Amino acid sequence: MPLLPALRSAILLFIFSIFFIGQASAAPVADETEFKQLLNGFTQKSFAAKANTAQQVATSGHPKAKQVLEAMAESRLYFRKSDQLVVFADKDGRSYVLTDIFSNETLGTFSRREVSKVKTNNSLRAKLGKMVAEIELKHPDASVRLAAVEAMIPKLKEDDADLFGSLIKEEQDESVKKALQFGIYIGYLDSSKKERVLNAIEALDGELEPIVRNKLTSLANNSDDKDIKKAAKKSLKGIESKISIFSNLETIYFGISLGSILILAAIGLAITFGVMGVINMAHGELIMLGAYTTYLIQQAMPNHTTASIFLAIPAAFCVSGMVGIAIERGVIRFLYGRPLETLLATFGISLILQQLVRTVISPQNRTVETPAFMSGSIDINPIFALTYNRLYIISFCILVFIALFFILKRTRLGLQVRAVSQNRSMAKAMGVRSDWVDAMTFGLGSGVAGIAGVALSQITNVGPNMGQSYIIDSFMVVVFGGVGNLWGTLVAGLSLGVANKVLEPMAGAVLAKIMVLVFIILFIQKRPRGLFPQKGRAAEA
Amino acid sequence: MSAMNFIEQIRQRDRVFDFIQPQASSRLDVSHGNILYLEDISVSFDGFKAINNLNLYIKEGELRCIIGPNGAGKTTMMDIITGKTRPDTGSAWFGSRINLLELDEPEIAEAGIGRKFQKPTVFENHLVVDNLELAMAGNKSVITSLFARLSAAQKERIDEVLETIGLKDNKYRLAGSLSHGQKQWLEIGMLLMQNPKLLLVDEPVAGMTHQEMDRTAELLKSLAGQHSVVVVEHDMDFVRSIANHVTVLHQGSVLAEGTMDQVQSNPKVVEVYLGE
Amino acid sequence: MLDKALMNDRLIFDKKTQSFLAILTAVALLVSLLNTFVPEGHILHCSTFTVTLLGKYLCYALLAVSVDLVWGYLGILSLGHGAFFALGGYAMGMYLMRQIGDRGVYGDPLLPDFMVFLNWKELPWFWHGFDMFWFASLMVILVPGLLAFVFGWMAFRSRVTGVYLSIITQALTYALQQAFFRNEMGFGGNNGLTDFKEIMGFDLQSDATRLGLFLCTALALGLGYMACRYIVCSKLGRVAVAVRDAESRTRFIGYRVDKVKLWIFTFSAILAGIAGALYVPQVGIINPGEFNPINSIEIVIWVAVGGRATLYGAVVGAILINYAKSTFTGWLPDAWLFALGGIFVFVTLYLPKGVTGFLNRKQEQLA
Repeated sequence: MPLLPALRSAILLFIFSIFFIGQASAAPVADETEFKQLLNGFTQKSFAAKANTAQQVATSGHPKAKQVLEAMAESRLYFRKSDQLVVFADKDGRSYVLTDIFSNETLGTFSRREVSKVKTNNSLRAKLGKMVAEIELKHPDASVRLAAVEAMIPKLKEDDADLFGSLIKEEQDESVKKALQFGIYIGYLDSSKKERVLNAIEALDGELEPIVRNKLTSLANNSDDKDIKKAAKKSLKGIESKISIFSNLETIYFGISLGSILILAAIGLAITFGVMGVINMAHGELIMLGAYTTYLIQQAMPNHTTASIFLAIPAAFCVSGMVGIAIERGVIRFLYGRPLETLLATFGISLILQQLVRTVISPQNRTVETPAFMSGSIDINPIFALTYNRLYIISFCILVFIALFFILKRTRLGLQVRAVSQNRSMAKAMGVRSDWVDAMTFGLGSGVAGIAGVALSQITNVGPNMGQSYIIDSFMVVVFGGVGNLWGTLVAGLSLGVANKVLEPMAGAVLAKIMVLVFIILFIQKRPRGLFPQKGRAAEA
Repeated sequence: MSAMNFIEQIRQRDRVFDFIQPQASSRLDVSHGNILYLEDISVSFDGFKAINNLNLYIKEGELRCIIGPNGAGKTTMMDIITGKTRPDTGSAWFGSRINLLELDEPEIAEAGIGRKFQKPTVFENHLVVDNLELAMAGNKSVITSLFARLSAAQKERIDEVLETIGLKDNKYRLAGSLSHGQKQWLEIGMLLMQNPKLLLVDEPVAGMTHQEMDRTAELLKSLAGQHSVVVVEHDMDFVRSIANHVTVLHQGSVLAEGTMDQVQSNPKVVEVYLGE
Repeated sequence: MLDKALMNDRLIFDKKTQSFLAILTAVALLVSLLNTFVPEGHILHCSTFTVTLLGKYLCYALLAVSVDLVWGYLGILSLGHGAFFALGGYAMGMYLMRQIGDRGVYGDPLLPDFMVFLNWKELPWFWHGFDMFWFASLMVILVPGLLAFVFGWMAFRSRVTGVYLSIITQALTYALQQAFFRNEMGFGGNNGLTDFKEIMGFDLQSDATRLGLFLCTALALGLGYMACRYIVCSKLGRVAVAVRDAESRTRFIGYRVDKVKLWIFTFSAILAGIAGALYVPQVGIINPGEFNPINSIEIVIWVAVGGRATLYGAVVGAILINYAKSTFTGWLPDAWLFALGGIFVFVTLYLPKGVTGFLNRKQEQLA
């Protein structure tokens, strides 16, 4: 009996070798019965025979081939003694649970004596690993091949490089070719041939993959050869300077995105504080209301995350804008010309709004789901990626800024706003309804705060206290930029954002924030009217 | 009290002791006849030239009137003299020794320049008497203020000024409750208390009745001689009644100078005032 | 009539001050008597809990007086007095911490518990000296005073005024709060300083110490009030009001506005620091929460409720609001913030002179 399978597999091997010699990818044994018979070759004792069988399995092209070989390498491949059926087995206490290779069905529990392991030795295991890799490296689908190459690179040896070298000649796909070439050089770095190592170092110059850096570092430290050491050090230096450039770029990118958030939070304030001279301490709460609007809309339409965000933008604008107008009509208009009192009254309003949210919704933080199109990133290179959510926030901020700029500079409302802010009584005399303009301006500023809330809901939790964490930062931005100047707000927001992110790795997040605050405190004392001050008589009023 | 003063002096390390330092007014050197020199002064706000290459000299003891249409730069000129605004170019000297551009407002006040504003600004929440007391010449440091008590001579001086400005009966009224004209007077009174060498008076008779105007004219004329007085005024009758020397400002520089009659007959001035 | 009323205000011991001092003394005496001599359970007995609560209110009152001095008389709306209060509190807290000695949970004779917990081996340099009461007391004055001086020196010299000043004082408070939250600062991080045992050898839990602290606070309030009253009635006080109402005019008659502001601001910060130092042993804890910018704004509202630029108004406001807070939070915790927010709006809109101003007017109308 035991002879029969052996004979069969020998015949099969013969047939295969006739048919498939020199063929890189082959998939003739799609037939289950034939593959099953092939597997029976594993029941043989001789390691050479098993290696043979494994080789055949590897080149069979059967979808289960990889799984089988992997199982074998992990010592999970057994055969049932009763019928020589090759199966996957998982140890369960002292017995084994067997799984059919093809159907994935459990065949029941068997005792130790009923099954036998397909034994392997070291050399066989090494071969198995390679075979597994090759199965995928020769896969018809280019993306699978690419993934296989990339998976191999981290633990690549020189022989693998030789394998890659043979593969690259056959390869048609450009990206796979590139990956293979990269792998070859990586493998060469471990070579004992000096020539190869030096070539590889030269070819890999400027590569930013971490593995290149690691290998070069170890070469630079441990290599016995002076030339290799020197070349590795030189190349390493180049790589490191490149890395530091990109990490600086990343810091700036983070800084700009933080700056955009600051600008979004502050720009509404720049209107109410800058143009109208009104201190609105409830500004943070208007942001919070915008964020909660987003949350509630998302709750109302749980399966349409993307749509809910786009719906939330106008909705938040309206909600916060309305509340803003109510605040202006109800409180602030009685306090024009008394900035300190306005500060106190609006602070009172902020307390009420916070508590309102706590009572009506919940004191706990809520999360707003991020739509799919905002996750992911553009990978520029292995160490520098632009994440989409930040990118969207930056573009959103630019859009809001342009829109506001347009409203203030090009529309009738903008003209009236500027007129009232410069000379209220004169504007009144010219027939501007200053009451109406005040309300609209305040509504606009508040509405923008609401929009900022939508953006913030995407990057942080939504909670009753979220407004407070932004109010001081927002004021700093407006004051730093110079009151009454949208450009100032833009520049100030960006520079504070970048400064914060630049300081962070040096000093830690909290200390960076403190340093920025202290800097602004000092700055205001040096230039009390900000970066872009208003000049002349108007400034002194 | 004198010990207190002494400590205060030591504390102010940027100054020398009183007995070494000449008095501010004696630092004032008017031996060349002029008390104020403004030379080549220009200042612009956001591109608008408020003062354009202005040259102005005030003689010691002179009473000078400055007239000019709105926006001629009269108030800005006063702002420059008193340190509120810094010119872009030019120089401003008080006497021939004190560089006004190096001093800030209190230092300029201390050096001997007093100013009455266009819009009367008195301390509305203070009594009339307090307003005068605050303006009184003397050491105005924090510590002396904290322990200051009015001496008999000082009280007498205050009463004297109250008499002059006709607010004797209103000594203990809140300055905020005074009429517009009375506030003007109070402000002039504060100037008197300051006892400056140079008085800058911005529109002193706005809102005054004719009798009050006459009294103001009287007062300003009596001040000239001991003090130098610069008056900015729109009311031509008033100007005519006090001034023998008039300067016309236009677009930030001097258009004409001379007696009232000379100025009024100057064709350029006529053109500016009456338009083409 | 008007003149007489106004002249009366100029006396240091005017009628309001007299009645304030009389009431303060009476309350202090009465509380002592009712706490010490009336037996527990008696209806007139004043429990030690109440004594401490009153002591707390008086600390707040002193804090409010210090804010009124700068806001009411000088026109500086400081949103940073909570920070000076907290700094004074921390200085006292450090003393109390050192007094624990080896009675802490870890029993280290030198290091406070939180340092042992953080695995620190040595006492940081700025903790030295705080085992001595006189040194700690000096620091209670120096630390807030110096901070206010340096901050004020820079701010006032460059003429930062109005809301700008308010906002940077708030930023200062915020920055300090962030800093004190850090464990590395060496002030106990999040948890702050607590578990105090005794002060100058007196057990902090004992009734007598509690009463003593209350009386000290009453005395400090009385003295602080009188010091402010002296300043307000001096020529310097009139200069301050002049600065408040017409800053540049004051400059033009020769006053160094920046110095006037600087010294009064510094003095006020010191008062706030003292209030904080008295507060900590009575409540038994100081943590970075005291730096919360909201606290600083709340102080301002006490003053606004009581009536600006009166000093006694600040006292009335502080006690009124805090009494309301204690009652409300026990009774309807959610409603308190609504109420407080409402008070902010109502007072600024309808009671610009505060409760005392309102009462004074009613009185005048009746008279």
